[in-house]
Amino acid sequence: MTTITDPPQGSFKLSMLLNDTRYRSYTFQFIALVLLIGAIAYLISNLFANLAAAGLNISYAFLGEPAGYDINQRLIEYDSQSTHWRATLVGVLNTLLVAFLACVTATILGVIAGVLRLSNNWLISKLMSFYVEAFRNVPVLIWILMINAVFLVVLPQPRAFRGDNPEATMLFDMFAFTGRGVYFPAPIFSNSLTGSAGTDWLLVIIGLVLSFFGVRQVAKWAQAKQEATGVRPNTLWINLAIWFGPLLVLFTIMGLSFDYPELKGFNFQGGGWARGSLIALWFALSVYTGAFIAENVRAGIQAISKGQTEAAASLGLRPGRIMNLVILPQALRVIIPPLISQYLNITKNSSLAIAVGYMDITATLGGITLNQTGRAIEAVLLLMLFYLIISLTISAVMNVYNNSVKLKER
Amino acid sequence: MADTSNSIAFVRTETLPQLDPPASEVGVIGWMKHNLFNGVWGTLLTLLSLWAIYYVLSGFLPWLLGGVWGTNSLAECREVLGGAAGGCFSVLSERWNQLLFGFTYPEEYYWRPTVAFVLLFVAIAPVMFSMLPRVMLVFTAIYPFLAFHLIWGGTILSPLLAMAGFIVGYLAYSRLVNQSFAMGFFGGIVAAVLTWYIGGFIVDAIAPENPTLGAVPSRDMGGFMLNMILGVVCVSLSIPLGIALALGRQSDMPIIKWICVVFIEFIRGVPLITLLFVANVVLAYFLPPGTNFDLILRVIIMITMFASAYIAEVIRGGLAALPRGQYEAADSLGLDYAQSMRLIILPQALKISIPGIVNVAVGLFKDTTLVSIISMFDLVGMIRGPILASTEWNGVYWELFGFAAFLFFIVCYGISQYSQWLERQLATDHR
Repeated sequence: MTTITDPPQGSFKLSMLLNDTRYRSYTFQFIALVLLIGAIAYLISNLFANLAAAGLNISYAFLGEPAGYDINQRLIEYDSQSTHWRATLVGVLNTLLVAFLACVTATILGVIAGVLRLSNNWLISKLMSFYVEAFRNVPVLIWILMINAVFLVVLPQPRAFRGDNPEATMLFDMFAFTGRGVYFPAPIFSNSLTGSAGTDWLLVIIGLVLSFFGVRQVAKWAQAKQEATGVRPNTLWINLAIWFGPLLVLFTIMGLSFDYPELKGFNFQGGGWARGSLIALWFALSVYTGAFIAENVRAGIQAISKGQTEAAASLGLRPGRIMNLVILPQALRVIIPPLISQYLNITKNSSLAIAVGYMDITATLGGITLNQTGRAIEAVLLLMLFYLIISLTISAVMNVYNNSVKLKER
Repeated sequence: MADTSNSIAFVRTETLPQLDPPASEVGVIGWMKHNLFNGVWGTLLTLLSLWAIYYVLSGFLPWLLGGVWGTNSLAECREVLGGAAGGCFSVLSERWNQLLFGFTYPEEYYWRPTVAFVLLFVAIAPVMFSMLPRVMLVFTAIYPFLAFHLIWGGTILSPLLAMAGFIVGYLAYSRLVNQSFAMGFFGGIVAAVLTWYIGGFIVDAIAPENPTLGAVPSRDMGGFMLNMILGVVCVSLSIPLGIALALGRQSDMPIIKWICVVFIEFIRGVPLITLLFVANVVLAYFLPPGTNFDLILRVIIMITMFASAYIAEVIRGGLAALPRGQYEAADSLGLDYAQSMRLIILPQALKISIPGIVNVAVGLFKDTTLVSIISMFDLVGMIRGPILASTEWNGVYWELFGFAAFLFFIVCYGISQYSQWLERQLATDHR
């Protein structure tokens, strides 16, 4: 009974392409490939026909032409004579700026709300549920527009700060919250090392990164010492020195001082200025995404079984150490992947800046540049490419992280 | 030993009755002690939240309750209020129809979308609640064509033809499926397309000049109706597409797998607004010269693609969560790919995916407001455009945006509550 019948040899029939599992997958793939190539060829031929009919071509030369529009919220030098490429760069930086700010505040808000939602305090946990439900179930666009309206309508105009008995006053004589935006003291370097403010700040960032690695080295050293002797050395002062020492030295050499905003005429002069739309967008994205992050944090903490807390307590750990050494490392494994995809969502939702007039890349490249030059295909392609690069980078980071925290099983 | 018993003055012979717990541990006081004033921090938090609630309500309630409903412009409303706190809700009552239907939908036809909206609940009910009689599913099948006819109007022959195409396709499928699933599937599609192609000429030839329900062009759709149309159509179209993409991504065939991977990752990597730009300004370049199909259809295509990529990822999670043994069991029973997916894998995978699919659906419904950015007049577009720009209502932000937020909240919160209920219904694991 162990006869194995060989599959019939040499008698290939055309029907086997569809009925024989050995060939069927090739048939399907072939059909799919032909359909795909056909569809792409059809679309491209349409594209060329349409372009020819409209007398257009595909060219990125417009990026080198002067943009001719102004962007008042910018991180790098830009004026209306700059090129469209420069305008795009300003937009990219503005997108990254608001996304970064919103990621930081949304995380803080989300962690607080998520932890408080699990609190024993009935009132605060209900309040946090209300916050989460209210923000999760209403479109982010409505929140952005509403919060922008708050900034436009509720905050005073700069002229309210005028006169001997003004309706509004500056906070600590440093910050002015107006309907046009927030004015704040701007740091300036009187003794620039590199010649331009941008590279000076780059120097500061490099210093911070070096400090970060220094602190990690100290932690490694402390760990080694603890394993050898059983006593963990106190690293607080060393860490503080590593964080702030180089910064202080850098700032002293470069002569850091602050430029305060002052009311001159009808508006504030000097200092830094964040447009109302930037603040509104930042705030709206933070509270909206904060609600989602709160849910992720809550799920992460609830995913750790109560037995872990009890086991740690029976080992004699104090409550603070239970949280730090047992619960958080396990909860973070659950929390961080959805957290990173929320960061991705913030970056993508920041494209709604166009609704409140904040000049991010969607508003510069996909908005004014597109409308002025009529280069719809090129502009939209470039726009998509930018967002794709960002999200693929973030996904790559997430994969690296997931692999590093994956449960190491035998 | 015997006389020691005499030296004990008193021996209790029965147990004491249990004392009541201390008054501070039970009842309202006990509950408050444990849930509101639990330690210094707890008390502080409670007081802080009480203050926050009072602060918000003291501003909000007078505004809500003291609102004015009957005036015709903001100036008039402010006059009525006379400096007292209160909202100008008259903008809602005066622009009610515009908020719901947009500003170009013919007024005498308002009953049609309303009827379609009410019937939506009848059509959705048997899908949502399995205890309802299955006969109602027949109405669900008819509903898309009925709703199209009600909202867009025109000759009734077009939706009838569309329905006929599906019926012919299904008949061909059930005839051919005995040979193989692939035969039935492709045969059904070919039969349906043939029916539509041939029927198109017939409908063009015999369509009456003046149909019973007047035709309304797509560009006249607006208001919350547009959000509902986009949300319902795109969600229902993207679920089958998402299932197909998820299966494609899990497939052993490398070419099909990579087509699906590239599509999904591309769509998930870009914001919806760029896809809407594509629908608005780019898509026309890729269509045959001279064709010009309307913006609402282009937007539906783009949003459906967007949603299907997200749904595909959710379903892929469900497929991956199934134990390997389920796939192997299906194979060992001798089921082919289509049968094992249809009978064993997908019912379980979809059940796991329901919460995720509902999340995507809620997110998608919220994202339909983005069409206001490409100057379509949905609810948000109506508010930002014609209403806030009008001389009568320039500056009424809170009432309008609050109303929009309220409408979306009701729908989205309702859907997410339903999904939680459904999850409990479908939970078959033992606890």
